[in-house]
Amino acid sequence: MHVPDGFLDAPTSLATGVVAAAGVAVALRGARRELDDRTAPMAGLVATFVFAAQMINFPVGAGTSGHLMGGALAAVLVGPWSAVLCVSVVLLVQALLMADGGITALGTNVTLIALVTVTVGWATFVVLRRVLPLRPASVPIAAAVAAFISVPSAALVFTGLFAVGGQAPVDLSLVVAAMLGWHTLIGLGEAAVTGLVVASVMSTRPDLVYGARPLLAVRTLEIRMTRAGAAS
Amino acid sequence: MSRRTFFAAAVLLTLFLAGVASYYASEHPDGLEYVASETGFGDTAEESATADSPLADYTTRGVDNGRLSGAVAGVAGVGLVALLGGALFWTLGRRPHAGTSAGGTLPEPDQADA
Repeated sequence: MHVPDGFLDAPTSLATGVVAAAGVAVALRGARRELDDRTAPMAGLVATFVFAAQMINFPVGAGTSGHLMGGALAAVLVGPWSAVLCVSVVLLVQALLMADGGITALGTNVTLIALVTVTVGWATFVVLRRVLPLRPASVPIAAAVAAFISVPSAALVFTGLFAVGGQAPVDLSLVVAAMLGWHTLIGLGEAAVTGLVVASVMSTRPDLVYGARPLLAVRTLEIRMTRAGAAS
Repeated sequence: MSRRTFFAAAVLLTLFLAGVASYYASEHPDGLEYVASETGFGDTAEESATADSPLADYTTRGVDNGRLSGAVAGVAGVGLVALLGGALFWTLGRRPHAGTSAGGTLPEPDQADA
């Protein structure tokens, strides 16, 4: 969904630039609470993985493709603030070196691919974590659903931006329908990759999954209580 | 699985994706590009200011072999993201040693003995 230069007019690009800068500034403060000596390498790893995964376009229907956006995945693995920074670093390198996503559209891309997907993805994940049974198996499921919803959400926000600052007079209802339709399909791919990656990390190093911390804390507490009960 | 093994495996997977698997990625336009051309605003896209970057479009200028060209660009991108992200997260994750843990304010054992 990398937006190239020219799709949106200058005022809209400027506005999303301000939103993106504010979002990254807040994330820089918030990420300090998520990061320490142990989690900082994981955040770096997640950023590089998202960059690599975004190179893998998978076919979606006839003549179209999609790739992982990674906002929901990063949020579940390293926390929402660090996730915003992970995806923003990826977008910066892509725009500056790979000419993937415009330079004037960088604010738009950070807004859509970092801020919207992380916010929607993390919010959905937290709600599902509360609703689903408190088991390790719930974490990849919640992550996959969160990832699925994050993609059409970003598509919807793009359409909103296009309605305000689009540079061509086209029927907006067509744009909404096509954006939502295709990105719902791409969202299935996002869900599959996210679920698979989170399930893999949960099965090897669950302690490295930020979104699983409340669950692991409860389990540790249960073990301690059982031991205390056995001792008395 | 040890932490070291986990990170080594993840780095290898990442390099494999960027350096090898990316060659087999779909060449079709992505969802946004497709919708833009279908609904009639695809032509408003402008060439990026960095379109003449040596790694533009995930290819490496001067490397004719398509497989190698993509691999070099992908691995270079991974390296740069690792460098930028690593520096950023390392800086943010650093904790000033004084005042963060109660242990730091306790007297050293030998001082306590004295």
